[in-house]
Amino acid sequence: MAAFLEVSGLKAYYGQTQALYGVGFALEQGGITTLLGANGAGKTTTLRAICNMVRTEGTVSFNGQSIRGRPTESIVRLGVAHVPEGRGTFTTLTVEENLRIAAYTRGSMGGAEVKRDLAMVFEYFPRLKERMQQQAGTLSGGEQQMLAVSRALMLRPRLMLLDEPSFGLAPLVVQEIFRILRRINGESKVSMLLVEQNAALALDLADHAYVLETGRVVMAGPSAVVKNDENVRKSYLGY
Amino acid sequence: MEQLIQQVASGLANGAIYACVALALVMIFVSTSHINFAQGEMAMFSTYISWQMIQWGVGYWPAFFLAVGVSFVGGVLIERIVLRPLHTAPVLSIVVVFIGLLAICNSVAGTAWSYLIKEYPTPFPKDKFGLSGLIGAHQLGVVVVTLIVLTMLFVFFRYTPLGLAMRAAAQNPVSARLAGVRVDWMLALGWGLAAAVGAVAGMMVAHIVYLDPNMMGGILLYAFAGALLGGISSPGGAVLGGFMVGVLENLVAYLGNAIEKGFGVYIIGNGEKLTVALIIVITVLTLKPSGLFGRVVVKRV
Repeated sequence: MAAFLEVSGLKAYYGQTQALYGVGFALEQGGITTLLGANGAGKTTTLRAICNMVRTEGTVSFNGQSIRGRPTESIVRLGVAHVPEGRGTFTTLTVEENLRIAAYTRGSMGGAEVKRDLAMVFEYFPRLKERMQQQAGTLSGGEQQMLAVSRALMLRPRLMLLDEPSFGLAPLVVQEIFRILRRINGESKVSMLLVEQNAALALDLADHAYVLETGRVVMAGPSAVVKNDENVRKSYLGY
Repeated sequence: MEQLIQQVASGLANGAIYACVALALVMIFVSTSHINFAQGEMAMFSTYISWQMIQWGVGYWPAFFLAVGVSFVGGVLIERIVLRPLHTAPVLSIVVVFIGLLAICNSVAGTAWSYLIKEYPTPFPKDKFGLSGLIGAHQLGVVVVTLIVLTMLFVFFRYTPLGLAMRAAAQNPVSARLAGVRVDWMLALGWGLAAAVGAVAGMMVAHIVYLDPNMMGGILLYAFAGALLGGISSPGGAVLGGFMVGVLENLVAYLGNAIEKGFGVYIIGNGEKLTVALIIVITVLTLKPSGLFGRVVVKRV
């Protein structure tokens, strides 16, 4: 059986600078996979490459069809929701508009359906409901991260690409977000590809892990195995 | 007193036209950070199209709506064909393209319809009515038409899915793509709407300034002053700024006339109206570049 998301020989470039040198990995449907690595290893670039936000070579196939080179918005419409680094909030729009924008472009204009999706999202993140009419730029960092995840959920994705959801957030908020990510994965059967600096956290959540170094995959395996690897422990877990 | 009210009223009518053009400028500015110098000439061209249709025997309003439609399509095409390839070009190249567009619109109109000044009809009744003496029928009509257009645009941007998608694309194109919005088309649509709004302004003002290929030159300047005054990044501000500039220029002329009558010295008058616009531009740019309602853009370095 072909993997849900299959990446092979993926190279990516920023102008003349090459950032990925043939990254390859596969994702099972319904699972959570994490990409680990130091700064500059190519984690974020890999996510961007999947969504065609950088110039790429190689193959990327999603659900059996090749998506490399397609416009970003078309890939999104196939069910790949990218929660970008820095959260990508529409700061001048309200929280509700931030969420609705995703629902509209999915093509379901019906009020009832959007309402149901909004209710689902608010069930995961009740705090957003209180802030519904507020300008999104006034939200705290944690709330903006919740909004970013929610906006992705409104696309009814089959695969979520999460770029450092813990970035710049207080540990308690991070715990809350990761708990909800696990719930979303369990209840909505959304597959996830998670990029994290916080390796311990990521390995706890994910069932598979890939380790990137300077644009290449150097290690892969089930989280439990990767977690106990001596090099990973020394380099990323710090013990 | 009556004269003052008259001046304010006619200022509002002019201001309505500046507001439309200012809004057209802002619509393109918020999504691309470029000022379309050809906005005025595009509006002039649209006005000629409507004039031509009226000459062929089409009624005023059918010609009006057809011209708005043609302008919309033209705006979309200009974005897709001329500007899309310059997507990543430096600002100066794009400025040159705008100036080129300006020259092309101007000379094509001049060639097709000659540079002779033409009369342009008004759809509003010529005879006096209730408010006559204070505001002319055409002026009142201009204000009403403008307010209708502005309200429609407001409703479109505020309450429709497409309007929301356009706002999102203008505010954060990367995130908009990630939310599935076809950002390129939103840009083209923005150009189309700007051209359509500009066309309305052109057709409304042509009766006042008469139709000729250079009729929008001064108006673009006033509109730019209005947009800057209200805040070049704020559509609502630009509209308000347009109205303010319209009233302000008339008040300054009125004041100048009063001074001349009272003291017998000529300081300022109708001839210096354009100067008022330029003074506004300079004052806003030096004292408060973000305008009255604009956002201050902070760049991280």
